[in-house]
Amino acid sequence: MTLWLIVRRSLYQHLLSTLVTGVSIALAGGLLMSVWVVKNQAHATFTGQSGGWDAVLGARGAKLQLVLNAIFHLEASPGNIPFDDYEAIGTNRAVAAAVPIAVGDNYRGYRLVGTLTNYFDVEFAKAQRFQLVPGGRMFEDGYREAVVGSFVAQKLGLKVGSEFQPYHGLNFDPKTQHEEVYVVVGIMEPSNTPADRVIWIPLAGLQNMSGHDAAAANDVSAVLVKLRSPLAGQQLDMLYNRQGNRLTFAWPIAKQMADLFEKFGWFDSVLELVAWLVALVATGAVLASLYNSLNSRRRDIAILRALGARRRTVFSAIVLESATISALGMAGGFLVYFAILSGAASVIRAQTGVVLDPWQPAAVWLWAPAALIGMGALAGILPALKAYRSEVADGLAPES
Amino acid sequence: MALLEIMDLVKSFRGPDGTVHEVVRIPRFTLEARSQVALSGASGTGKTTFLHLIAGILAPDAGSVRLDGTNLAELSESARDRLRATKIGYIFQTFNLLQGFTVLENVLLGMSFGPGADRARAMSLLERVGLGERLHHFPRQLSTGQQQRVAVARALANHPQLVLADEPTGNLDARNAREALKLIREACTENGAALLLVSHDRDVLNSFEHTASLGELNQVASLRGGAQ
Repeated sequence: MTLWLIVRRSLYQHLLSTLVTGVSIALAGGLLMSVWVVKNQAHATFTGQSGGWDAVLGARGAKLQLVLNAIFHLEASPGNIPFDDYEAIGTNRAVAAAVPIAVGDNYRGYRLVGTLTNYFDVEFAKAQRFQLVPGGRMFEDGYREAVVGSFVAQKLGLKVGSEFQPYHGLNFDPKTQHEEVYVVVGIMEPSNTPADRVIWIPLAGLQNMSGHDAAAANDVSAVLVKLRSPLAGQQLDMLYNRQGNRLTFAWPIAKQMADLFEKFGWFDSVLELVAWLVALVATGAVLASLYNSLNSRRRDIAILRALGARRRTVFSAIVLESATISALGMAGGFLVYFAILSGAASVIRAQTGVVLDPWQPAAVWLWAPAALIGMGALAGILPALKAYRSEVADGLAPES
Repeated sequence: MALLEIMDLVKSFRGPDGTVHEVVRIPRFTLEARSQVALSGASGTGKTTFLHLIAGILAPDAGSVRLDGTNLAELSESARDRLRATKIGYIFQTFNLLQGFTVLENVLLGMSFGPGADRARAMSLLERVGLGERLHHFPRQLSTGQQQRVAVARALANHPQLVLADEPTGNLDARNAREALKLIREACTENGAALLLVSHDRDVLNSFEHTASLGELNQVASLRGGAQ
């Protein structure tokens, strides 16, 4: 009780420095937790995000590009492949399901993806299938109909019954509008997957869009593949990647994303280092603040000692005060963390459709505050030692 | 046996130029339990050092300070702190209240280093010194006279056997000085504490039955030469 009373009153007495140092700890702690959570959740989400598919078959090129294009709807397609290749892999006994997709158009920056309706039959996550908002339905092949991902519908204000004319290419250019008018027949429920950022239309619709090369009207951009077993993946990998030289079979999907994260591992390390340096600077600020305030506290410390407080009581009070500043700062650090993560999650969702959850409990919520409070307590040791060594009689001497 | 017994007490300090200055050399001094003695001492006669030695705030170079039979010189610093918290109340000329703490907290804090914080006793003491309505005020919100009364309550909070008062009226006007002195003496009597008060105020000294001169007790040659 005594120590807490001393600490509480001291924090109040030095309110400005308490606030400044507390805020610096909050920023450091918030940044540290954010970096960790964004890194871990992004890694887990992107490597675990396959849309329910095991592999992607596409034109010869980089597997990562193929996956980014077909699964995450990012990047350009490495090229088209003939419809026959889709039919060939679709009838392979090792394949449980295969669905072609075609890309190449957009509506105000959001991709149009042409596919078959059985794309929506596959579970995109365990026991989870795409659902339509009540009142809508799936598009029908042969009609200029579209089903719109939840994010796109929200951003563009599309509703069932809305009509739109697509634009050519993956990037929005107002001068490249197609003639065809599509009508929205369904809006997808949010799935928190890249599919939310896509406008889905029938495969033939995209293949035959005005202005497209008629010679390539039967081509597809990629084929999404669901395998019967992991062994099937090895067989097809051998067939397409080693024996063939025309197509690329990207399998397993998670490995391509893991490779991507591995390539950027150094960036994570730099971010972590920066976060720790900020934490170190913030802790240094606590140390400097306490150390510099010792002159003004000299008399109070001497009075406490004259009243019978032992040296170790004074020492403990200052270490506890330092740790308390860090603890209060870390309470604010959670606000900073939620602010940063909400912002980051919003950007990542807008760019990729992948959703990070700021509220998902993470181990860093425990160890980061513990580390910062521990560092705060350590920062208090130097000023505490100075206070410990101060002589009562010196502090009680009348001030001139 | 005397409550306080001092024998051959010596204390010196090293000056900035390295020379050693002897400040206290007192061959013998005793104080009986529950007694009240005023020591006269002008500035520079070593009165604060003398009180600090008795309180265990300073350790003597030689000699002994026995309080209730315990030789402070034989105690560790921590034990002296403990003894000071439990057996000695100290009233300073400048009150030495903790400015960031309320009146009540100032008293409670003093108790917490001794037998433990006793809120009821702290409030009762503050009531006794006329500050029952000022419990949650901060020292800066009080007059100097009121601040000294807080210091009196704090000094008596732990049922001390000895109260040391260092120029307790030095910062007060005549009326407040009289009231403070009366309060200190009455409170010590009520609490069964002995009082050793140091002052250079003639009126204060004249109000005591037992007085002594620190100038005479202290055998330091330079001080006895009348330099101070």
